[in-house]
Amino acid sequence: MQPNLEPIILSRPGTMIAHKSLKIIVTFTLALALLPFNAFAKADPQAEESKEFNPTDMIMHHIGDSHGWHFFGEGDSSFTLPLPVILFTDNGMVTFMSSEFHHDTEGQYVVEKDGMRFVNYHEDIYKLDAGAESVEFDEEHNVLNASKPWDFSITKNVAAMLLTVVLMLIFFFGLAGHHKKNKKAPAGFNNILETLVLFVRDEIARPQIGEKKYMKFMPFLLTVFFFIWITNLLGLLPGAANVTGNIAVTVSLGLFTLALILINGNRDFWQHTLWMPGIPTFVKPILAVVEVLGLIIKPVALMIRLFANITAGHIIILSLIGLIFILESAGVAGISVPFALFITILELLVAFLQAFIFTMLSALFIGMAVAEHEHH
Amino acid sequence: MDLITPEVGLIFWQTIVFLILMLILAKFAWKPILGAVRTREESINEALVSAEDARKEMQNLKADNEKLLQEARAERDEMLKEARQLKEKMIAEAEGDAQEKANKIVAKAKESIEMEKRAAMADIKNQVATLSIEIAEKVIGKELSTEEKQHQMIDKMLNDATLN
Repeated sequence: MQPNLEPIILSRPGTMIAHKSLKIIVTFTLALALLPFNAFAKADPQAEESKEFNPTDMIMHHIGDSHGWHFFGEGDSSFTLPLPVILFTDNGMVTFMSSEFHHDTEGQYVVEKDGMRFVNYHEDIYKLDAGAESVEFDEEHNVLNASKPWDFSITKNVAAMLLTVVLMLIFFFGLAGHHKKNKKAPAGFNNILETLVLFVRDEIARPQIGEKKYMKFMPFLLTVFFFIWITNLLGLLPGAANVTGNIAVTVSLGLFTLALILINGNRDFWQHTLWMPGIPTFVKPILAVVEVLGLIIKPVALMIRLFANITAGHIIILSLIGLIFILESAGVAGISVPFALFITILELLVAFLQAFIFTMLSALFIGMAVAEHEHH
Repeated sequence: MDLITPEVGLIFWQTIVFLILMLILAKFAWKPILGAVRTREESINEALVSAEDARKEMQNLKADNEKLLQEARAERDEMLKEARQLKEKMIAEAEGDAQEKANKIVAKAKESIEMEKRAAMADIKNQVATLSIEIAEKVIGKELSTEEKQHQMIDKMLNDATLN
């Protein structure tokens, strides 16, 4: 048996079967239940002994970022979209396509560029020290003879992010085009988009920031809402990247909210943060520390909430599918696939909810920073 | 790649991409969309207000019409009342006149009847006198020698015997 072939194909079958028809679900479930048998039949008996199925590796591989966009298959026969690798080393910028690693993530395949040698070890790119021919590890798998250059590659997550950007540009240029042509309310898809735009305006921006100042923050709130929501939904597709479930992405989004709070915070806001009026003087410094901490914790909470929610959803789905291979029984698919389907449907709700919560809390924090206090 | 260690490269791309996306959308999408939506909402509000105004105007017009109608009706009633009074007055006057005339006619008739009667009486008296004279002439021609004495006798007798 060689179950390690299958998780890649079966990574998120639940997402593939989000159809209304029960018939299709049943067909898919049966097909998935049968698939492993075919795979096992073809499996190489020697490989099966050398590799044990490791659910942690499988899950981490799927929720993590990578330098190529892998769709299906294994090794040299896999179907992977090569993406550009951009590195800043001490000797300047180096670029090459991720396909030059030949799908190797174990540091075995060495790419030579501009007199430097690079390896991909667990999706981290290492530059081998001068003179080194291949990467060497110590007992704890730490790389000994290589260093990490600055990695600004167009990774899978960046590519998926750009896909969201393209979709958003198409959607909202379409809606804006409609409004340029006629004054009537749009119909169909544009109407859905406009309803959501109005939802952000009337349910998030206006009540949280206030009638006077909300227009200034609408571009950020609308962009962040639709960016998170569309990226969340795309992330549910099989083979898609886990963009909003990546801490780097949410850190960046959280920093935007923090920057808006810091830039737009008015006199009152800073006074209440640094030197709270109306309390004994000796308490003021203590409270200032608490308030400044709170100022930083707010966006940190935002970034952790989004990252954790989306990643957790993906981990649950992958774990349910992984059960089939941990228990080494195709019959488990009968249980884990419907469960994974249920979680996937739940994730559709979470996708919207997290976009809403992020936008809502951003608006709330900005609203607190720009609020006009009544002096007592 | 560790799960909770943010990658500098990804933060960089996310920030750049998001910033550019936000700026492009703000200029070419959010601004026209929100502007158009606001314009539409304003025009809807205006339309509602003007509809309300029109409704009020309509109500005023209706009230005015009602008032005019009321006045016209009152005027008509007044005119009818006056006409009725006039009619009654005219009838009353006409009746009075007719009565007077009738009375006059009756009075005249009575007068003329009286006159006729008197004339007839006088005539009868004359005829009776003539007849009486003839009778008396024939009956008592011999008793009275002179005609003068005879006439005296007859007048005296006629005065004594009034026919009425």
